[in-house]
Amino acid sequence: MSVVSAQNLSLTFQTNDGPVHALKDVDLTIDKGEFVSFIGPSGCGKTTFLRVIADLEKPTDGTITVNGVSPEQARLNRAYGYVFQAAGLYPWRSIARNIALPLEIIGMPRRERKERIERVLELVDLKGFGGKFPWQLSGGMQQRASIARALAFDADLLLMDEPFGALDEIVRDHLNEQLLELWARTEKTICFVTHSIPEAVYLSTRIVVMSPRPGRVTDVIESTLPRERPLDIRESPEFLEIAHRVREGLRAGHGYE
Amino acid sequence: MQAVLGMTKRLGMFTRAKGAALPVLTVVAAIFLIWYVAAAMMNLQWERDQAERAGAEFVLTDALANTMAQERPVLPAPHQVAVELWNTTVEKKITSKRSLVYHGWITLSATLLGFLFGTILGMTLAIGIVYNRAMDMSVMPWVIASQTIPILAIAPMIIVVLNAVGISGLLPKAFISTYLAFFPIVVGMVKGLRSPDALQTDLMRTYNASANQSFWKMRLPASMPYLFASMKVAVAASLVGAIVGELPTGAVAGLGARLLAGSYYGQTIQIWSALIAAAILAASLVAIVGLAGRIVERRMGFAR
Repeated sequence: MSVVSAQNLSLTFQTNDGPVHALKDVDLTIDKGEFVSFIGPSGCGKTTFLRVIADLEKPTDGTITVNGVSPEQARLNRAYGYVFQAAGLYPWRSIARNIALPLEIIGMPRRERKERIERVLELVDLKGFGGKFPWQLSGGMQQRASIARALAFDADLLLMDEPFGALDEIVRDHLNEQLLELWARTEKTICFVTHSIPEAVYLSTRIVVMSPRPGRVTDVIESTLPRERPLDIRESPEFLEIAHRVREGLRAGHGYE
Repeated sequence: MQAVLGMTKRLGMFTRAKGAALPVLTVVAAIFLIWYVAAAMMNLQWERDQAERAGAEFVLTDALANTMAQERPVLPAPHQVAVELWNTTVEKKITSKRSLVYHGWITLSATLLGFLFGTILGMTLAIGIVYNRAMDMSVMPWVIASQTIPILAIAPMIIVVLNAVGISGLLPKAFISTYLAFFPIVVGMVKGLRSPDALQTDLMRTYNASANQSFWKMRLPASMPYLFASMKVAVAASLVGAIVGELPTGAVAGLGARLLAGSYYGQTIQIWSALIAAAILAASLVAIVGLAGRIVERRMGFAR
Protein backbone atom coordinates (compact mmCIF):
# COMPACT_ATOMS: atom_id res chain seq x y z
CA MET A 1 0.00 0.00 0.00
CA SER A 2 1.28 3.46 -0.80
CA VAL A 3 1.91 5.76 2.13
CA VAL A 4 1.90 8.97 0.08
CA SER A 5 0.25 9.27 -3.30
CA ALA A 6 0.12 12.57 -5.23
CA GLN A 7 -1.42 13.22 -8.65
CA ASN A 8 -1.09 16.50 -10.56
CA LEU A 9 -0.36 18.23 -7.28
CA SER A 10 0.08 22.00 -7.60
CA LEU A 11 0.48 24.77 -5.08
CA THR A 12 0.57 28.43 -6.00
CA PHE A 13 1.32 31.13 -3.42
CA GLN A 14 -0.25 34.51 -4.13
CA THR A 15 2.34 37.14 -3.27
CA ASN A 16 2.62 40.88 -3.84
CA ASP A 17 4.96 40.16 -6.76
CA GLY A 18 2.38 37.91 -8.39
CA PRO A 19 1.77 34.16 -8.14
CA VAL A 20 4.64 31.86 -7.19
CA HIS A 21 4.34 28.29 -8.45
CA ALA A 22 5.86 26.38 -5.55
CA LEU A 23 4.67 23.03 -6.93
CA LYS A 24 3.42 22.21 -10.41
CA ASP A 25 1.86 18.90 -11.51
CA VAL A 26 3.77 16.68 -9.13
CA ASP A 27 3.03 12.96 -9.50
CA LEU A 28 4.63 10.77 -6.91
CA THR A 29 3.92 7.59 -4.99
CA ILE A 30 5.84 6.59 -1.90
CA ASP A 31 5.53 3.02 -0.65
CA LYS A 32 5.72 1.69 2.84
CA GLY A 33 9.23 1.26 4.19
CA GLU A 34 10.88 3.46 1.57
CA PHE A 35 13.49 6.09 2.31
CA VAL A 36 12.80 8.85 -0.19
CA SER A 37 15.02 11.93 -0.48
CA PHE A 38 13.95 15.16 -2.13
CA ILE A 39 16.81 17.12 -3.58
CA GLY A 40 17.00 20.33 -5.54
CA PRO A 41 18.05 23.96 -5.32
CA SER A 42 16.19 26.35 -3.03
CA GLY A 43 12.77 27.31 -4.31
CA CYS A 44 12.19 23.93 -5.99
CA GLY A 45 9.31 23.10 -3.68
CA LYS A 46 10.86 20.20 -1.78
CA THR A 47 10.01 21.64 1.62
CA THR A 48 6.59 22.74 0.36
CA PHE A 49 5.85 19.18 -0.76
CA LEU A 50 6.77 17.88 2.69
CA ARG A 51 4.56 20.54 4.29
CA VAL A 52 1.66 19.52 2.03
CA ILE A 53 2.02 15.90 3.18
CA ALA A 54 1.99 17.21 6.76
CA ASP A 55 -1.09 19.39 6.13
CA LEU A 56 0.91 22.50 7.02
CA GLU A 57 0.13 23.85 3.51
CA LYS A 58 -2.95 23.24 1.36
CA PRO A 59 -2.46 22.33 -2.31
CA THR A 60 -4.29 24.55 -4.79
CA ASP A 61 -4.80 21.78 -7.34
CA GLY A 62 -4.53 18.02 -7.76
CA THR A 63 -5.01 15.25 -5.24
CA ILE A 64 -2.88 13.79 -2.49
CA THR A 65 -3.52 11.04 0.01
CA VAL A 66 -1.51 10.08 3.07
CA ASN A 67 -2.12 6.55 4.35
CA GLY A 68 -5.09 6.46 1.97
CA VAL A 69 -6.83 9.50 3.48
CA SER A 70 -6.52 13.28 3.07
CA PRO A 71 -3.46 14.95 4.64
CA GLU A 72 -5.75 16.70 7.11
CA GLN A 73 -7.32 13.43 8.23
CA ALA A 74 -3.84 11.90 8.43
CA ARG A 75 -2.69 14.79 10.64
CA LEU A 76 -5.73 14.37 12.85
CA ASN A 77 -4.84 10.64 13.06
CA ARG A 78 -1.29 11.68 14.00
CA ALA A 79 0.06 9.65 11.12
CA TYR A 80 3.51 11.25 10.98
CA GLY A 81 6.36 12.71 12.98
CA TYR A 82 7.93 15.91 11.63
CA VAL A 83 11.54 17.00 12.09
CA PHE A 84 12.16 20.63 11.22
CA GLN A 85 15.27 22.33 9.90
CA ALA A 86 15.98 23.75 13.36
CA ALA A 87 15.60 21.57 16.43
CA GLY A 88 12.86 23.86 17.76
CA LEU A 89 12.96 22.42 21.25
CA TYR A 90 10.93 24.39 23.77
CA PRO A 91 13.57 26.14 25.92
CA TRP A 92 11.47 25.92 29.10
CA ARG A 93 11.28 22.13 28.92
CA SER A 94 14.03 19.61 29.65
CA ILE A 95 14.91 17.16 26.87
CA ALA A 96 12.74 14.46 28.42
CA ARG A 97 9.82 16.85 28.78
CA ASN A 98 10.26 18.06 25.21
CA ILE A 99 9.90 14.47 24.07
CA ALA A 100 6.97 14.07 26.45
CA LEU A 101 5.15 17.02 24.83
CA PRO A 102 3.48 15.10 21.95
CA LEU A 103 2.74 12.26 24.34
CA GLU A 104 1.04 14.61 26.81
CA ILE A 105 -1.02 15.97 23.96
CA ILE A 106 -2.26 12.55 22.88
CA GLY A 107 -3.02 11.85 26.53
CA MET A 108 -0.63 9.00 27.20
CA PRO A 109 -0.48 7.95 30.87
CA ARG A 110 2.59 9.08 32.80
CA ARG A 111 4.15 5.68 33.32
CA GLU A 112 3.88 4.70 29.67
CA ARG A 113 5.29 8.11 28.76
CA LYS A 114 8.37 7.49 30.87
CA GLU A 115 9.07 4.16 29.21
CA ARG A 116 8.61 5.66 25.76
CA ILE A 117 10.95 8.58 26.49
CA GLU A 118 13.66 6.19 27.70
CA ARG A 119 13.27 4.11 24.56
CA VAL A 120 13.47 6.95 22.03
CA LEU A 121 16.36 8.59 23.92
CA GLU A 122 18.20 5.32 23.49
CA LEU A 123 17.28 5.18 19.79
CA VAL A 124 18.99 8.53 19.15
CA ASP A 125 21.88 7.77 21.49
CA LEU A 126 20.97 10.39 24.09
CA LYS A 127 20.54 8.12 27.07
CA GLY A 128 21.09 10.00 30.33
CA PHE A 129 20.49 13.44 28.80
CA GLY A 130 16.74 13.57 29.55
CA GLY A 131 17.20 15.94 32.50
CA LYS A 132 19.25 18.51 30.55
CA PHE A 133 17.79 21.68 29.10
CA PRO A 134 18.18 22.37 25.36
CA TRP A 135 20.79 25.10 25.85
CA GLN A 136 23.01 22.62 27.67
CA LEU A 137 23.27 20.44 24.53
CA SER A 138 25.30 20.88 21.34
CA GLY A 139 23.54 21.55 18.03
CA GLY A 140 23.87 17.93 16.92
CA MET A 141 22.48 16.64 20.21
CA GLN A 142 19.57 19.09 20.02
CA GLN A 143 18.74 17.86 16.53
CA ARG A 144 18.89 14.26 17.76
CA ALA A 145 16.55 15.21 20.59
CA SER A 146 14.14 16.68 18.05
CA ILE A 147 14.26 13.39 16.10
CA ALA A 148 13.51 11.54 19.32
CA ARG A 149 10.54 13.85 19.81
CA ALA A 150 9.29 13.06 16.29
CA LEU A 151 9.69 9.33 16.99
CA ALA A 152 7.90 9.56 20.32
CA PHE A 153 4.39 8.72 19.26
CA ASP A 154 5.61 6.00 16.96
CA ALA A 155 3.99 7.11 13.70
CA ASP A 156 4.94 4.98 10.68
CA LEU A 157 5.83 8.01 8.60
CA LEU A 158 8.74 10.31 9.40
CA LEU A 159 8.98 13.65 7.57
CA MET A 160 12.39 15.31 7.82
CA ASP A 161 13.07 18.78 6.44
CA GLU A 162 16.84 19.27 6.08
CA PRO A 163 17.33 18.11 9.66
CA PHE A 164 21.13 18.09 9.42
CA GLY A 165 21.50 21.17 7.22
CA ALA A 166 22.95 23.36 9.93
CA LEU A 167 25.44 20.79 11.25
CA ASP A 168 29.07 20.30 10.36
CA GLU A 169 30.25 17.48 8.10
CA ILE A 170 31.54 15.18 10.84
CA VAL A 171 28.41 15.36 12.95
CA ARG A 172 26.30 15.00 9.83
CA ASP A 173 28.09 11.76 8.78
CA HIS A 174 27.56 10.34 12.20
CA LEU A 175 23.88 11.25 12.28
CA ASN A 176 23.35 9.89 8.75
CA GLU A 177 24.75 6.56 9.87
CA GLN A 178 22.54 6.59 12.96
CA LEU A 179 19.49 7.51 10.91
CA LEU A 180 19.97 4.54 8.57
CA GLU A 181 20.35 2.26 11.56
CA LEU A 182 17.19 3.69 13.07
CA TRP A 183 15.32 3.28 9.80
CA ALA A 184 16.40 -0.36 9.53
CA ARG A 185 15.36 -1.05 13.10
CA THR A 186 11.98 0.72 13.05
CA GLU A 187 10.98 -0.02 9.41
CA LYS A 188 9.44 3.43 9.10
CA THR A 189 8.76 5.26 5.86
CA ILE A 190 10.99 8.32 5.69
CA CYS A 191 10.67 11.43 3.50
CA PHE A 192 13.89 13.40 3.71
CA VAL A 193 14.55 16.85 2.27
CA THR A 194 18.17 17.75 1.61
CA HIS A 195 20.39 19.83 -0.64
CA SER A 196 23.39 17.54 -0.27
CA ILE A 197 23.92 15.01 -3.07
CA PRO A 198 26.09 12.59 -1.03
CA GLU A 199 23.59 12.68 1.82
CA ALA A 200 20.69 11.90 -0.52
CA VAL A 201 22.50 9.05 -2.24
CA TYR A 202 23.84 7.57 0.99
CA LEU A 203 20.48 7.49 2.73
CA SER A 204 17.84 6.83 0.12
CA THR A 205 16.17 3.96 -1.61
CA ARG A 206 14.79 6.52 -4.04
CA ILE A 207 15.92 10.06 -4.87
CA VAL A 208 13.45 12.62 -6.18
CA VAL A 209 15.24 15.37 -8.10
CA MET A 210 13.33 18.66 -8.28
CA SER A 211 13.82 21.97 -10.03
CA PRO A 212 12.46 25.45 -9.38
CA ARG A 213 10.19 27.98 -11.14
CA PRO A 214 7.82 26.19 -11.25
CA GLY A 215 8.69 23.60 -8.59
CA ARG A 216 8.46 20.21 -10.28
CA VAL A 217 9.92 16.69 -10.28
CA THR A 218 12.52 16.28 -13.02
CA ASP A 219 13.85 12.82 -12.22
CA VAL A 220 13.23 9.91 -9.87
CA ILE A 221 16.26 7.70 -9.30
CA GLU A 222 16.02 4.20 -7.82
CA SER A 223 19.04 3.39 -5.73
CA THR A 224 20.83 0.14 -6.49
CA LEU A 225 22.80 0.27 -3.26
CA PRO A 226 22.18 -2.49 -0.72
CA ARG A 227 20.18 -1.64 2.42
CA GLU A 228 23.19 -2.26 4.60
CA ARG A 229 25.44 0.76 3.99
CA PRO A 230 28.72 1.40 5.78
CA LEU A 231 30.02 4.98 5.46
CA ASP A 232 32.79 3.96 3.03
CA ILE A 233 30.20 2.84 0.49
CA ARG A 234 30.42 6.46 -0.57
CA GLU A 235 33.68 5.70 -2.35
CA SER A 236 32.26 2.75 -4.33
CA PRO A 237 31.76 3.14 -8.11
CA GLU A 238 28.05 2.34 -7.69
CA PHE A 239 27.61 5.24 -5.27
CA LEU A 240 29.47 7.65 -7.53
CA GLU A 241 27.37 6.49 -10.49
CA ILE A 242 24.12 7.35 -8.67
CA ALA A 243 25.56 10.64 -7.45
CA HIS A 244 26.48 11.43 -11.04
CA ARG A 245 22.90 10.75 -12.18
CA VAL A 246 21.54 13.02 -9.48
CA ARG A 247 23.93 15.78 -10.53
CA GLU A 248 22.89 15.32 -14.16
CA GLY A 249 19.25 15.49 -13.12
CA LEU A 250 19.85 18.74 -11.22
CA ARG A 251 21.69 20.21 -14.20
CA ALA A 252 18.90 19.17 -16.58
CA GLY A 253 16.50 21.11 -14.37
CA HIS A 254 18.63 24.23 -14.92
CA GLY A 255 18.70 24.51 -11.17
CA TYR A 256 22.13 26.04 -10.83
CA GLU A 257 22.21 28.37 -13.78
CA MET B 1 18.43 36.19 56.09
CA GLN B 2 21.37 33.90 55.44
CA ALA B 3 19.21 31.84 53.10
CA VAL B 4 18.07 34.89 51.17
CA LEU B 5 21.63 36.14 50.84
CA GLY B 6 22.75 32.72 49.66
CA MET B 7 20.00 32.64 47.09
CA THR B 8 20.72 36.09 45.68
CA LYS B 9 24.37 35.16 45.48
CA ARG B 10 23.62 31.98 43.59
CA LEU B 11 21.37 33.87 41.24
CA GLY B 12 24.25 36.12 40.41
CA MET B 13 22.52 39.32 41.47
CA PHE B 14 25.61 40.74 43.06
CA THR B 15 28.34 39.11 41.04
CA ARG B 16 27.92 41.67 38.28
CA ALA B 17 27.82 44.51 40.83
CA LYS B 18 31.41 43.84 41.94
CA GLY B 19 33.13 45.57 39.06
CA ALA B 20 30.48 48.28 39.00
CA ALA B 21 31.06 49.45 42.59
CA LEU B 22 33.27 52.40 41.68
CA PRO B 23 31.03 53.97 39.00
CA VAL B 24 27.95 53.43 41.18
CA LEU B 25 29.59 55.10 44.19
CA THR B 26 30.77 57.96 41.99
CA VAL B 27 27.25 58.65 40.79
CA VAL B 28 25.87 58.48 44.35
CA ALA B 29 28.56 60.87 45.57
CA ALA B 30 27.79 63.27 42.71
CA ILE B 31 24.08 63.22 43.54
CA PHE B 32 24.78 64.03 47.22
CA LEU B 33 27.17 66.80 46.26
CA ILE B 34 24.65 68.44 43.93
CA TRP B 35 21.96 68.03 46.58
CA TYR B 36 24.07 69.72 49.28
CA VAL B 37 25.11 72.60 47.00
CA ALA B 38 21.53 73.11 45.86
CA ALA B 39 20.29 73.02 49.47
CA ALA B 40 22.82 75.65 50.51
CA MET B 41 21.98 77.93 47.61
CA MET B 42 18.22 77.62 47.90
CA ASN B 43 18.11 78.08 51.66
CA LEU B 44 20.54 80.97 51.75
CA GLN B 45 17.94 83.62 50.88
CA TRP B 46 16.02 82.87 54.06
CA GLU B 47 19.16 83.28 56.15
CA ARG B 48 19.80 86.62 54.44
CA ASP B 49 16.23 87.77 55.19
CA GLN B 50 16.56 86.68 58.79
CA ALA B 51 19.81 88.64 59.25
CA GLU B 52 18.26 91.71 57.65
CA ARG B 53 15.15 91.52 59.84
CA ALA B 54 17.25 91.18 63.00
CA GLY B 55 19.50 94.00 61.85
CA ALA B 56 22.46 91.71 62.38
CA GLU B 57 25.51 91.48 60.22
CA PHE B 58 25.29 88.82 57.48
CA VAL B 59 28.20 86.41 57.83
CA LEU B 60 28.32 84.04 54.87
CA THR B 61 30.10 81.16 56.63
CA ASP B 62 27.63 81.16 59.55
CA ALA B 63 24.71 81.47 57.15
CA LEU B 64 25.93 78.57 55.05
CA ALA B 65 26.22 76.39 58.15
CA ASN B 66 22.68 77.40 59.13
CA THR B 67 21.28 76.41 55.72
CA MET B 68 21.98 72.81 56.67
CA ALA B 69 19.80 72.94 59.80
CA GLN B 70 16.71 75.05 59.03
CA GLU B 71 13.40 73.90 60.39
CA ARG B 72 11.49 74.51 57.16
CA PRO B 73 14.11 74.68 54.45
CA VAL B 74 13.18 75.17 50.80
CA LEU B 75 15.28 72.11 50.14
CA PRO B 76 16.29 70.04 53.15
CA ALA B 77 19.83 68.69 53.26
CA PRO B 78 20.25 64.93 52.83
CA HIS B 79 21.25 64.36 56.46
CA GLN B 80 18.11 66.18 57.68
CA VAL B 81 15.98 63.80 55.59
CA ALA B 82 18.00 60.84 56.87
CA VAL B 83 17.47 61.89 60.50
CA GLU B 84 13.74 62.41 59.89
CA LEU B 85 13.53 58.98 58.23
CA TRP B 86 15.33 57.39 61.19
CA ASN B 87 13.11 59.17 63.73
CA THR B 88 9.87 58.24 61.98
CA THR B 89 10.72 54.61 61.38
CA VAL B 90 13.06 53.14 63.97
CA GLU B 91 12.35 55.55 66.81
CA LYS B 92 8.56 55.53 66.56
CA LYS B 93 6.24 52.67 67.44
CA ILE B 94 4.74 51.34 64.21
CA THR B 95 1.24 51.97 65.54
CA SER B 96 2.00 55.67 65.93
CA LYS B 97 0.36 58.08 63.50
CA ARG B 98 3.79 59.66 63.03
CA SER B 99 5.48 56.41 62.05
CA LEU B 100 6.44 56.14 58.39
CA VAL B 101 6.23 52.37 58.70
CA TYR B 102 2.55 52.73 59.63
CA HIS B 103 1.89 55.07 56.70
CA GLY B 104 4.03 52.97 54.38
CA TRP B 105 2.00 49.88 55.22
CA ILE B 106 -1.29 51.68 54.45
CA THR B 107 0.05 52.59 51.00
CA LEU B 108 1.72 49.24 50.50
CA SER B 109 -1.49 47.29 51.15
CA ALA B 110 -3.35 49.31 48.51
CA THR B 111 -0.35 48.91 46.17
CA LEU B 112 -0.24 45.13 46.51
CA LEU B 113 -3.99 44.72 46.12
CA GLY B 114 -3.99 46.99 43.07
CA PHE B 115 -1.00 45.15 41.62
CA LEU B 116 -2.78 41.83 42.09
CA PHE B 117 -5.95 43.12 40.40
CA GLY B 118 -3.89 44.75 37.65
CA THR B 119 -1.96 41.56 36.93
CA ILE B 120 -5.14 39.49 36.75
CA LEU B 121 -6.93 42.09 34.61
CA GLY B 122 -3.90 42.57 32.37
CA MET B 123 -3.43 38.83 31.79
CA THR B 124 -7.13 38.31 31.11
CA LEU B 125 -7.24 41.14 28.58
CA ALA B 126 -4.04 39.91 26.92
CA ILE B 127 -5.45 36.41 26.49
CA GLY B 128 -8.62 37.89 25.01
CA ILE B 129 -6.66 40.11 22.65
CA VAL B 130 -4.44 37.26 21.45
CA TYR B 131 -7.26 34.77 20.94
CA ASN B 132 -10.07 37.01 19.73
CA ARG B 133 -9.62 39.15 16.66
CA ALA B 134 -12.59 41.35 17.54
CA MET B 135 -11.02 42.06 20.94
CA ASP B 136 -7.67 42.73 19.33
CA MET B 137 -9.26 45.38 17.13
CA SER B 138 -11.58 46.90 19.74
CA VAL B 139 -9.93 46.62 23.16
CA MET B 140 -6.33 47.51 22.41
CA PRO B 141 -7.06 51.13 21.34
CA TRP B 142 -9.01 51.67 24.58
CA VAL B 143 -6.20 50.18 26.64
CA ILE B 144 -3.80 52.66 25.07
CA ALA B 145 -6.28 55.55 25.35
CA SER B 146 -6.76 54.80 29.04
CA GLN B 147 -3.11 55.62 29.68
CA THR B 148 -3.24 58.98 27.89
CA ILE B 149 -5.63 60.37 30.52
CA PRO B 150 -3.66 61.96 33.37
CA ILE B 151 -4.07 59.80 36.44
CA LEU B 152 -4.38 62.95 38.56
CA ALA B 153 -7.57 63.83 36.65
CA ILE B 154 -9.22 60.46 36.88
CA ALA B 155 -8.22 59.51 40.43
CA PRO B 156 -10.63 61.91 42.22
CA MET B 157 -13.48 60.78 39.97
CA ILE B 158 -12.87 57.14 40.75
CA ILE B 159 -12.87 57.92 44.45
CA VAL B 160 -16.01 60.06 44.32
CA VAL B 161 -17.91 57.57 42.17
CA LEU B 162 -16.94 54.60 44.35
CA ASN B 163 -17.77 56.57 47.49
CA ALA B 164 -21.22 57.27 46.06
CA VAL B 165 -21.87 53.53 45.77
CA GLY B 166 -20.54 52.93 49.27
CA ILE B 167 -17.04 51.71 48.50
CA SER B 168 -14.34 53.53 50.43
CA GLY B 169 -11.05 52.92 52.19
CA LEU B 170 -8.58 50.52 50.65
CA LEU B 171 -10.47 49.53 47.50
CA PRO B 172 -10.69 52.86 45.65
CA LYS B 173 -6.93 53.37 46.07
CA ALA B 174 -6.30 49.80 44.89
CA PHE B 175 -8.44 50.45 41.81
CA ILE B 176 -6.33 53.49 40.90
CA SER B 177 -3.24 51.29 41.26
CA THR B 178 -4.93 48.72 39.04
CA TYR B 179 -5.62 51.40 36.46
CA LEU B 180 -1.90 52.10 36.15
CA ALA B 181 -0.66 48.54 36.65
CA PHE B 182 -2.73 46.64 34.10
CA PHE B 183 -1.30 48.49 31.11
CA PRO B 184 2.29 47.20 31.10
CA ILE B 185 0.94 43.73 31.89
CA VAL B 186 -1.36 43.78 28.84
CA VAL B 187 1.37 45.01 26.51
CA GLY B 188 4.03 42.58 27.80
CA MET B 189 1.69 39.60 28.01
CA VAL B 190 0.33 40.10 24.47
CA LYS B 191 3.88 40.19 23.18
CA GLY B 192 4.78 37.13 25.26
CA LEU B 193 1.78 35.08 24.16
CA ARG B 194 2.63 35.89 20.56
CA SER B 195 6.33 35.10 21.01
CA PRO B 196 6.30 31.42 19.87
CA ASP B 197 7.72 31.35 16.32
CA ALA B 198 6.32 29.62 13.23
CA LEU B 199 8.27 26.45 13.99
CA GLN B 200 6.95 26.18 17.54
CA THR B 201 3.35 26.71 16.42
CA ASP B 202 3.72 24.35 13.42
CA LEU B 203 4.92 21.71 15.84
CA MET B 204 1.69 21.99 17.83
CA ARG B 205 -0.25 21.68 14.59
CA THR B 206 1.56 18.46 13.62
CA TYR B 207 0.52 17.05 16.99
CA ASN B 208 -3.07 18.05 16.29
CA ALA B 209 -3.04 19.92 19.63
CA SER B 210 -6.21 21.73 20.71
CA ALA B 211 -6.19 25.50 21.25
CA ASN B 212 -6.32 24.80 24.96
CA GLN B 213 -3.24 22.58 24.84
CA SER B 214 -1.37 25.09 22.71
CA PHE B 215 -2.12 27.75 25.30
CA TRP B 216 -1.04 25.82 28.38
CA LYS B 217 1.92 24.00 26.86
CA MET B 218 3.29 26.63 24.49
CA ARG B 219 1.96 30.20 24.70
CA LEU B 220 1.70 30.59 28.47
CA PRO B 221 5.15 29.20 29.33
CA ALA B 222 6.70 31.17 26.46
CA SER B 223 5.20 34.39 27.85
CA MET B 224 6.67 34.10 31.35
CA PRO B 225 9.86 36.17 30.81
CA TYR B 226 7.71 38.91 29.23
CA LEU B 227 5.20 38.75 32.08
CA PHE B 228 7.85 39.22 34.75
CA ALA B 229 9.46 42.11 32.89
CA SER B 230 6.06 43.86 32.76
CA MET B 231 5.30 43.02 36.38
CA LYS B 232 8.42 44.95 37.41
CA VAL B 233 7.07 48.05 35.67
CA ALA B 234 3.55 47.40 36.94
CA VAL B 235 4.47 47.13 40.62
CA ALA B 236 6.24 50.50 40.55
CA ALA B 237 3.26 52.03 38.73
CA SER B 238 0.97 50.50 41.37
CA LEU B 239 2.77 52.37 44.13
CA VAL B 240 2.44 55.65 42.23
CA GLY B 241 -1.27 54.89 41.81
CA ALA B 242 -1.78 54.23 45.51
CA ILE B 243 -0.03 57.47 46.49
CA VAL B 244 -1.98 59.49 43.93
CA GLY B 245 -5.14 57.83 45.25
CA GLU B 246 -4.41 59.20 48.71
CA LEU B 247 -4.03 62.81 47.59
CA PRO B 248 -7.55 63.90 46.49
CA THR B 249 -9.37 62.36 49.45
CA GLY B 250 -7.41 64.30 52.01
CA ALA B 251 -6.55 60.91 53.41
CA VAL B 252 -5.22 60.89 56.96
CA ALA B 253 -2.96 57.88 56.51
CA GLY B 254 -0.55 56.66 53.88
CA LEU B 255 2.57 58.06 52.22
CA GLY B 256 0.35 60.28 50.05
CA ALA B 257 -1.27 61.70 53.15
CA ARG B 258 2.17 62.46 54.58
CA LEU B 259 3.06 64.31 51.39
CA LEU B 260 -0.19 66.26 51.53
CA ALA B 261 0.07 67.13 55.21
CA GLY B 262 3.69 68.12 54.72
CA SER B 263 2.78 70.54 51.94
CA TYR B 264 -0.12 72.08 53.96
CA TYR B 265 2.18 72.96 56.82
CA GLY B 266 5.33 73.64 54.82
CA GLN B 267 7.04 70.63 56.40
CA THR B 268 9.53 70.10 53.61
CA ILE B 269 11.59 67.62 55.60
CA GLN B 270 8.48 65.50 56.09
CA ILE B 271 7.68 65.68 52.37
CA TRP B 272 11.17 64.61 51.38
CA SER B 273 11.32 61.78 53.86
CA ALA B 274 7.97 60.49 52.58
CA LEU B 275 9.29 60.75 49.02
CA ILE B 276 12.46 58.86 49.89
CA ALA B 277 10.42 56.25 51.76
CA ALA B 278 8.24 55.79 48.66
CA ALA B 279 11.32 55.44 46.48
CA ILE B 280 12.84 52.83 48.79
CA LEU B 281 9.52 50.97 48.85
CA ALA B 282 9.27 51.02 45.04
CA ALA B 283 12.85 49.83 44.61
CA SER B 284 12.26 46.96 47.05
CA LEU B 285 9.06 45.92 45.30
CA VAL B 286 10.76 45.93 41.89
CA ALA B 287 13.67 43.94 43.32
CA ILE B 288 11.32 41.37 44.87
CA VAL B 289 9.40 40.91 41.60
CA GLY B 290 12.71 40.69 39.73
CA LEU B 291 13.99 38.04 42.11
CA ALA B 292 10.74 36.05 41.82
CA GLY B 293 11.08 36.27 38.04
CA ARG B 294 14.63 34.97 38.11
CA ILE B 295 13.65 32.07 40.35
CA VAL B 296 10.70 31.11 38.15
CA GLU B 297 12.71 31.39 34.94
CA ARG B 298 15.55 29.37 36.42
CA ARG B 299 13.15 26.66 37.51
CA MET B 300 11.63 26.61 34.05
CA GLY B 301 15.05 26.23 32.46
CA PHE B 302 15.16 29.64 30.74
CA ALA B 303 18.11 31.02 32.66
CA ARG B 304 21.60 29.77 32.06
